[in-house]
Amino acid sequence: MGEKRIRRELMGVYAVWWREFKVFQREKSRIVSSIVQPLMWLFLFGSGVGASVSVSNINYQDYIYPGILAMMVLFGSVFFGLYIVWDRKLDVLKAILVAPVSRLSIFMGKVLGGCTDVTLQIVILFCFAFLFPSVNPWGIPQALLLLFITSIALVSMGLALGSLFESLEGFQLISSFLIFPLFFLSGALFPVDDKLPGWLTGLVKLNPLTYTVDGVRGALLHVNIFPFYVDLIVVTFFAAVMFVLGSILFSRMK
Amino acid sequence: MAIIKTLALTKNYGKIEAVRSIDLNIEKGEIFGLLGPNGAGKTTTIGMLCTIVRPTSGSASIAGCDVIKEPARVRRKVGIVFQDPTLDTVLTGRENLELHARLYGIPAAIRGKRIMEMLELVDLQNRSNDLARTYSGGMRRRLELARGLLHRPAVLFLDEPTLGLDPQTRARIWEYIKKMAQTEGTTVVLTTHYMEEAQQVCGRVGIIDHGRIIELNSPDALKESMGGDMVVIKVKEPKLEEIRALPYVSEVRENDGLVEIIMKQSHLHLPDLLAHIRNVESVEIRIPTLNDVFIKLTGRDIREDSVEDSGSWVDTVARYRQRGS
Repeated sequence: MGEKRIRRELMGVYAVWWREFKVFQREKSRIVSSIVQPLMWLFLFGSGVGASVSVSNINYQDYIYPGILAMMVLFGSVFFGLYIVWDRKLDVLKAILVAPVSRLSIFMGKVLGGCTDVTLQIVILFCFAFLFPSVNPWGIPQALLLLFITSIALVSMGLALGSLFESLEGFQLISSFLIFPLFFLSGALFPVDDKLPGWLTGLVKLNPLTYTVDGVRGALLHVNIFPFYVDLIVVTFFAAVMFVLGSILFSRMK
Repeated sequence: MAIIKTLALTKNYGKIEAVRSIDLNIEKGEIFGLLGPNGAGKTTTIGMLCTIVRPTSGSASIAGCDVIKEPARVRRKVGIVFQDPTLDTVLTGRENLELHARLYGIPAAIRGKRIMEMLELVDLQNRSNDLARTYSGGMRRRLELARGLLHRPAVLFLDEPTLGLDPQTRARIWEYIKKMAQTEGTTVVLTTHYMEEAQQVCGRVGIIDHGRIIELNSPDALKESMGGDMVVIKVKEPKLEEIRALPYVSEVRENDGLVEIIMKQSHLHLPDLLAHIRNVESVEIRIPTLNDVFIKLTGRDIREDSVEDSGSWVDTVARYRQRGS
């Protein structure tokens, strides 16, 4: 592969990323709702439950802040990926797929585009961190890194699923049988300790998102089960697997 | 030199033979029309030439690049306007072209100028900063034409470029296509089932049916192959034998009380013909169209299985003829 070819492919990655970023900038209502929803979780749900519950001497609202960040990454990333079903229906992708750029580059552009969207949303949510007194602002870069890698994994997963589905009917299924279980079993809303029934602990530990929540919670609140490097390794491995799987399915997509 | 060459190009989808052993040689600078009814294999043929569809067997090359062995090089040499609109409606007209310019690796230094040039060519420079979703059907098509030509392809493929547009817009789109082919020196391969339009634009047409090219020539030559003009006469007690004996008449048939006469140069010989027949109640003259050629070759109207029908008398007569033959 010559240098010229590599430059062309990189330009292709950039082109697809650029398109996604333009779309992101235009869909202001989507950005607003993607910020408002987690804030409602934090302030309406968090205050309600927090009135009678606190975890490890931390106010419940603060405790679930890392979990809600992970939730945002989960929903934002998977739905971004799944959105290609819609792109394909509208034939927007057709003109891109016929360009002299490899499918892998297009896939990479899409993944980076999705990660950018999600990361920017997370950055906005970090601006509200001062409302949660227990959150350590110096942990934010570490948390951001982990959330970014998680986003690579989940956008890839969304694109992989989106490549398989021909219609939007699968959305509901994916949402009920994949996204919600991943969220509830991640320890985003409750601590993973010996009070949990064994079967639940088992499922939670199998869920890669648990390691995101744990790592972010460790960085921001110093409450964690696993050391940060374990979280980082698990999440990175998850991202690598999903990226490879996603790029294969995307390349085979008709 | 042929810029597009295919040799026994074939595509099967399971047991369905979509394209059967097509041999084509299309010259540089030509506007070539691929005509045929829905499902004849037009889109599949174009798909194979653009490397979107993998041929089952046979070979094809574009500007010397093999579509199977060097798909990336072929892709840089072709521009495509798909049958269904593929614009990114969330982007502006200019952004659509920018996206495309990057995907085709047009260097930043010349990108802006080239985009401006193409926008001017399709008269969209004033609307270039509006979102494509605000464009009319005709404007969207024009933007797609500009996008297809942006990277200076050697060959531009247009799959039904005027489908779904109103007649006025269609006429304008064809003007743009002719203008673009001229200014850019691009070879154009198009499919359409608007026969009248094909005969105005195309230098040569290939008629495709059931995946085979059954005739290939210039529109004029094809029309000449019909043997002349058709004159339909309503007359009581026609003397068919006498008409058939006339030197300029090549075919006579009776159909539902109407006499159909295929004759050469009807504008010269009609008075003489009518003098022979007498008691004529009505006369209708039809100059053959590509549609007639198509009907003669396939026994079907090209628009038969299509939802669209102009409803004009041309079609009515065509249908009528088809029933008779």
